[in-house]
Amino acid sequence: MEKIVIVGAGQAGLSLAAKLRKLGYGGDLTLIGAESHPPYERPPLSKAFLLGKVEQDRMQLRPPSFYAEQDITLLTGKTVTRIARDDKTVHLKDMSLSYDALALTTGSRPRRLPTELGGALRGVHVLRGIDDARALARACRPGRRALIVGGGYIGLEAAAVLRGLGIEVCLIEASPRILSRVAAPETSDAIRALHRTKGVLIKEAVGLKHLVGQDHVEEARLSDGTNIPVDVVLVGIGALPRDELARDCGLATEDGILVDARGRTSDPAIYAAGDCARFSFAGHSTRLESVQNAIDQAETVAETMMGQSPIYAPVPWFWSDQFDLKLQIAGLSRGYDTVVAREGHRPGAKSFWYFAKDKLIAVDSLNDPASFMLARRLLARACPVSMEDIRDGAKDLKSLMNVS
Amino acid sequence: MPMITYIEASGKTHEIDVPVGHTVMEGGRNAGVEGIVAECGGSCSCSTCHVYVAPEWVAQLPSRDEMEEDMLDFAIEVDAERSRLSCQLRVTEAFDGLVVTVPSEQA
Repeated sequence: MEKIVIVGAGQAGLSLAAKLRKLGYGGDLTLIGAESHPPYERPPLSKAFLLGKVEQDRMQLRPPSFYAEQDITLLTGKTVTRIARDDKTVHLKDMSLSYDALALTTGSRPRRLPTELGGALRGVHVLRGIDDARALARACRPGRRALIVGGGYIGLEAAAVLRGLGIEVCLIEASPRILSRVAAPETSDAIRALHRTKGVLIKEAVGLKHLVGQDHVEEARLSDGTNIPVDVVLVGIGALPRDELARDCGLATEDGILVDARGRTSDPAIYAAGDCARFSFAGHSTRLESVQNAIDQAETVAETMMGQSPIYAPVPWFWSDQFDLKLQIAGLSRGYDTVVAREGHRPGAKSFWYFAKDKLIAVDSLNDPASFMLARRLLARACPVSMEDIRDGAKDLKSLMNVS
Repeated sequence: MPMITYIEASGKTHEIDVPVGHTVMEGGRNAGVEGIVAECGGSCSCSTCHVYVAPEWVAQLPSRDEMEEDMLDFAIEVDAERSRLSCQLRVTEAFDGLVVTVPSEQA
């Protein structure tokens, strides 16, 4: 293999390129990014960066010298327009590149508010890239009033930051509770309580009818009949996989690019990893939007490209920082039937343990990193854990790791 | 600029000038030190920037806070005295000469 092209220069693309060199790949390596910035960390965009606490150059995944040192051709601000699979070529606006192996690490794009609901008004933001975060930060001056549409991680993290910037924040969630897609009611309750203490107005089971304004947004009309004046709107209603390049060239896609446990698409020369990829996890078709998945799945692809036979079977994990709360999640709670709460060993620390048919599948920990780290280890080793173990506050859970 | 020595699990050594205000993690990651993974980017959420500080430095560094303590409790190959999360070590002039060793495996 002499030529590898990676489309998408986010966490997955960068991890893949770095891993290929680590594994000794010596051929041409091109990493193409649509954004004008070299690969950077996205998590701080809704946290410290938005708060103005961290500068852009501190968020770079690698220093500028890395690309030359590793002989990686980094093309930024370039968009791939088409993949020609028959002659193994990717086409950009003004150039084309041939490949022996191609990886799609194109990520996801935020779902936007439709224009007919006011989505095109000025003052309406999404949060995905550094330019989005800058625009949002500029709009967030003290005393302004913000509406956040969507009670998922992005919306809640942004709500926390905006409150910290002295902004009035109303967050609406169309489903009956915040975080309903990803967490149990217990976790939602704790996070709702925190936000309310900090002065965020949270309205659940309330949708947006539409935004009103001449040119700039002025008012939001909500499904509960209230109209609220707003200066800034952040739309955090989920993300869609950027799988259109794959679809257009006939690869198998289904809300994401379908890959197997080695990261291979339906074309043996093309691979995919990260937010844009859909794979089988715990027997279910799954797409994960997380740093862990971006890194680990990309490294799996690198190993496959280098002739190894890896199996991607992760313990997914996630984290979210909101006000002084650190939420850490190990595993995937999808399909749980029972949640067991446990107090942590420090004041205020607690965790929620998700079981499906008596099997531990995930843990949410709230200011309880010890439980998070333990849960990752227990899940990774598939240690048997019973609900009684978790309910027993006196039990030292460390002992569970020694049971095989 | 304070100079910090990073020793990889393989024994490969890097002597790096790290700007004051950066973290020991950033200094290592930016120089490409093998094993400083830092998946969470330095928010004390993942423990993949775990290092061992040289014994003579243990008492000279700011002590661990509760978060770091708890994260390290279940990291891999933890040393009760020497283990630190390098993202929580913010470099000052006093760090000049610090030596850290990277474990062979990160959680």
